[in-house]
Amino acid sequence: MGNEALSAETETAPPVDYRAVQQSEEFQRLRSRHRRFVFPVLAACLAWYLAYVLLASYAHDFMSTPVWGNVNIAMLLGLAQVVTTFAVTTWYVSYANRRLDPLAEEIRDEIETAQFAPEEAAR
Amino acid sequence: MSVSTVIRAAEAAPAAPGEPWLNIAIFGAFVAITMIIVFRASRNNKTAADYYAAGRSFTGGQNGSAIAGDYLSAASFLGIVGAIAITGYDGFLYSIGFLVAWLVALLLVAELLRNTGKFTMADVLSFRLKQKPVRIAAATTTLVVCFFYLLAQMAGAGGLVSLLLGIGDQVGQAVVITVVGALMILYVLIGGMKGTTWVQIIKAILLIAGAGVMTVWVLALNGFNFSTLLENAVATAGNPEILNPGLKYGVSDIAKVDFLSLGLALVLGTAALPHVLMRFYTVPTAKEARKSVVWAIWLIGIFYVFTLVLGYGAAALVGADVIAAAPGGPNSAAPLLAFELGGPLLLGLISAIAFATILAVVAGLTITAAASFAHDIYASVVKKGKPEPGAEVKVARRTVVIIGIVAIIGGIGANGQNVAFLVALAFAVAASANLPTIVYSLFWKRFTTKGALWSMYGGLASAILLIIFSPVVSGSETSMLKTEAIDFAFFPLSNPGIVSIPLAFFLGWLGTVLDKGTEDPLKQSEMEVRSLTGVGAEKASQH
Repeated sequence: MGNEALSAETETAPPVDYRAVQQSEEFQRLRSRHRRFVFPVLAACLAWYLAYVLLASYAHDFMSTPVWGNVNIAMLLGLAQVVTTFAVTTWYVSYANRRLDPLAEEIRDEIETAQFAPEEAAR
Repeated sequence: MSVSTVIRAAEAAPAAPGEPWLNIAIFGAFVAITMIIVFRASRNNKTAADYYAAGRSFTGGQNGSAIAGDYLSAASFLGIVGAIAITGYDGFLYSIGFLVAWLVALLLVAELLRNTGKFTMADVLSFRLKQKPVRIAAATTTLVVCFFYLLAQMAGAGGLVSLLLGIGDQVGQAVVITVVGALMILYVLIGGMKGTTWVQIIKAILLIAGAGVMTVWVLALNGFNFSTLLENAVATAGNPEILNPGLKYGVSDIAKVDFLSLGLALVLGTAALPHVLMRFYTVPTAKEARKSVVWAIWLIGIFYVFTLVLGYGAAALVGADVIAAAPGGPNSAAPLLAFELGGPLLLGLISAIAFATILAVVAGLTITAAASFAHDIYASVVKKGKPEPGAEVKVARRTVVIIGIVAIIGGIGANGQNVAFLVALAFAVAASANLPTIVYSLFWKRFTTKGALWSMYGGLASAILLIIFSPVVSGSETSMLKTEAIDFAFFPLSNPGIVSIPLAFFLGWLGTVLDKGTEDPLKQSEMEVRSLTGVGAEKASQH
């Protein structure tokens, strides 16, 4: 397959009425499932990171409190950031596998079997 | 600086530890082995998809390792270990920002980008906007970010060389930077994305394994008790404050705001780095792109935990004074720790890994910049999307040589600057110039060409102007101009992110609401459907 073609589209694909797909109930469900996960989760993670940065800057004494030997709260919060990053990653993957991928695949199959071909040559 | 510090510094200054010839031999072996792999991998390089995107044939695990290899640059290894060894906890704050940033890439960007683009960031940004102006803008920001990042890596190469080969004079270091640059050009010319990816995978394995061995070793010397390690670090440094935040960024109110600014740039910059984005095109599907990010997050996260141990290990076993006085300064902390632990042989191995790190990252940056120029400027704008067969890859290869030469010259000029810090500037520029447009074009229906141009050029210009007028460039002995006589540092912060990132988001919004025209709604429908479902995404090429 020659990949020298430049436009972002794949030339061999059948014509698709993307507007109809976009307005279909299934696609709207996929879109809202995606957004309802990524926006709040990302916002929470960024807020948690920002809180950590602000604590490191402005709550010096709190962060310097030793917890276990010489290990202080700052170290533990830093490592907690690593742990939450790993946890959110795992959570998103399982969410995407369960809630996003099957739906996306279903819509893709419908498009590829020309269920969304334009009624008249729209383009 | 106390008297004892000066005396210790004087003792430590002259000799480069280890055996320069051993270091060169180990590095030479790495180059020879990777060259063979690059030659073998590149036999199938025929089309643009092969050259830029490795035929989209890598698995998620392979690509994730390559992303880690691309991302864990000299800044991470040399810069952060050095920063922790000298400024204590504040160095670790870099690591956290670099890691958490991956969530933005995972949740917002990776899969959608893989589904809608082809080779470059501009493919996605210009998808539903006016091709020509948006592509030119995106290619411009790509080239600028790559240039900053390249400078950082080449500066790291200079510092490392002075330490390892005992080459103290500027001319000798310039020769070595030239050799590194020439090698990098060779890798990218021959190997394209496939060769570059293999170099990055090998380097990631070596780097993480090497750091892992050193981490276990450091912990073993301290009875596998992290608290004991910290105690020893405090004892060597004579300052318990190295365990607490604030040694570097807590000294004044300006420094605290500066740190916030840095944190913002780190966390928002990753998902807008063109060389990271381009890696998502080397896998066959969006699902593999997701897997790549997951692999990358685990590898990068584990590595950054190692850097915490290594940084305090260097503080405890080598000592901040010795590190600061060594040729290469803070960047020499990790190699010096290796010497302390395992003598010349481990030093040689770790140094070869650090060299490999620089080489692999520089190769990744170069191919990204070359692809952006050849694909976005030459093929799409100059040739209006109809280049002659093969011409695009030919132009890309020529661009590689030019970028290589620019990187060598810039690297010689930037020699001696702090590496982690230069990389932070690249992140600030990427977060300001690219991220708002990426997010808006993926998630905001109404977004228009005017908004994209205002945001990209506004973010780029404000970030760069603020850097020029910052204390980084002028006003002190430690600035780029290295003198107090010239002082045009009107902007107090050394990282522009806290101003330029919100400004770029605001400009993108303002340009859009002031734009009387609207974009093609059909294109918006197509982009949204394709980004979420993967319909019509670029397939892996068959061989």
